[in-house]
Amino acid sequence: MSPRLEVRDITKHYGGVQALGGVSLQVNAGEVVGLVGDNGAGKSTLLKILSGATFPSSGQVLLEGQPARFASPADARDAGIATVYQDLALAGQRDVVANFFLGREKLAGNWLARRVGWLDGKAMATHTVSELARLRTRIPDVHLASSDLSGGQRQALAIARAAAWTGKVLLLDEPTSALGVEQQQQVLDLIRRVSGEGIAVLLISHQMPDVLAVCDRAVVLRLGRVAATLARPELTSENLLGYITGAISGRNQ
Amino acid sequence: MTTGTDAGAQAPAVTARRGLLQRGQALARDLWIGAVLVALAVAFSIDSPYFLTRANWLNTSSTATEVLLLAVGETFVICAGGIDLSVGAVLGFSGTAGAWVMAHGFAGATGPAIGPVAVGFAACVLTGAAFGLVNGFLVAWAGVPAFVVTLGTLGIATGFGYLLNNGQEISAIPGSVVTFGNTNLGGWVPVPVLITAVITLWCGLLLARTRFGMYTLAIGDSREAVVRAGINDRRYLLEIYLLAGTLAGVAAVLVMARLGAGSPASGATDNLNAIAAVVIGGASLFGGRGTIIGTVIGTAIIAILLTGLVLVNVPPFWQEVAVGAILIAAVYIDQLRKRKASRR
Repeated sequence: MSPRLEVRDITKHYGGVQALGGVSLQVNAGEVVGLVGDNGAGKSTLLKILSGATFPSSGQVLLEGQPARFASPADARDAGIATVYQDLALAGQRDVVANFFLGREKLAGNWLARRVGWLDGKAMATHTVSELARLRTRIPDVHLASSDLSGGQRQALAIARAAAWTGKVLLLDEPTSALGVEQQQQVLDLIRRVSGEGIAVLLISHQMPDVLAVCDRAVVLRLGRVAATLARPELTSENLLGYITGAISGRNQ
Repeated sequence: MTTGTDAGAQAPAVTARRGLLQRGQALARDLWIGAVLVALAVAFSIDSPYFLTRANWLNTSSTATEVLLLAVGETFVICAGGIDLSVGAVLGFSGTAGAWVMAHGFAGATGPAIGPVAVGFAACVLTGAAFGLVNGFLVAWAGVPAFVVTLGTLGIATGFGYLLNNGQEISAIPGSVVTFGNTNLGGWVPVPVLITAVITLWCGLLLARTRFGMYTLAIGDSREAVVRAGINDRRYLLEIYLLAGTLAGVAAVLVMARLGAGSPASGATDNLNAIAAVVIGGASLFGGRGTIIGTVIGTAIIAILLTGLVLVNVPPFWQEVAVGAILIAAVYIDQLRKRKASRR
């Protein structure tokens, strides 16, 4: 079976500067793969390519074995790749339901209601409650404004939303960087549950403990190339740091 | 994204209570400004035996219609994080343009002249809509700040209005227009008031209950979130300014029908009153928050001040002073609440 997401020999040049020099990786359904590397290693560039924000200079992205080419972020999303950026893209004064459904509102059933865009508030609230409950996120009230949620709850909302609407691949950009210890743990638990539902998760993180806690494998980028792909039992803090800094080199490409 | 509330919100039970509290606060804000309205009405009716009369109701409600229509459109614009300074001037130009069409296109019209009147009214509304489209296009696609765009179209519409008839109003319009604008249904409900009420009710539902209203508020809240959600933010911004312009055109019809003339100067003072009404009604000038019911209350306060002060023999110029003071007070109290809430 072909992997859910496959990146084949991707390169990206900005003018004369090479951001990515032939990166390949795979993420299977139900797997959490970490993407780590120092600043400038190419993580952001790869994220931009996968989320449809920019084109690769060469190479291929395959989704379930089929070559995919995204003209825009909307394209990538429609193909089943959801991205949760660090800023989460939540509308602060709108409630949890509105944010969960933003851009995909449920309209009331009859013809006239559809013409005028009449929202089916009750059905939207019910659906939001059941989706959040299924992923066991700790959001107490779906009618709270999203800015009144804690940082962890906001992150959980953004991840749950992305997971609910795009069931194939989830790209997470530093999901725990702004959180306290307990909330980090909650978000990591949520990431596990999301992947447990068969979604392929690519986790970009600077937090080595997070990567060790939640990832099945980790891909280390260094200077635009894959320095190592580490699976257990090689997936250790020492190895990650060694490959990130270049202290260890020469394996796996 | 604010992270300052994290500490208090970690335990779910606490957050739920704050949610209720917060909704209570929103209600309290509406009630507070509603209480100001009631207090004003009570004070005026104690001070003047003429305040609670049919004549004063007809006078107050008629003058309120034009401000309310502008304010309703302005509510959408402000909720979307924009501002439309041009609506008053667009009202003036639209009315003059409609009257010009009737006076020049159908100079010999006699009797009810339904055809010419319909064309004239359509000219008003379409002129308003055209300005709304220009505003919306420049804001959404050209990316010029709304304040600058609408300050520009304010000047353009004002100038066009005066150019059309050398600064004079145009009163050579069919008499049926005046009849239409001054008919009172049951003696209590002027036709312009009824039309305004229906439009206001519809817009209230549009803002609070439909996808269009949801996107309007969400754009003002976080345009980035809206864009990332794959929503065509530009299309909605265009429609929001189009709505504001169209309502200014409708207001022009009602003003022209009430006064029996199209005057380029009408609407000149309504601009700031409309914006003040929206803000007094609890909308945030930073976008993302506002209701039509709040705008109705804000407009009513302004209208009551205008007619009430006259009845109690205060020079009407004090109305502008009072509106200005209430505007600042309303925003200040709102800020205090917000600061208190975020400190909790």
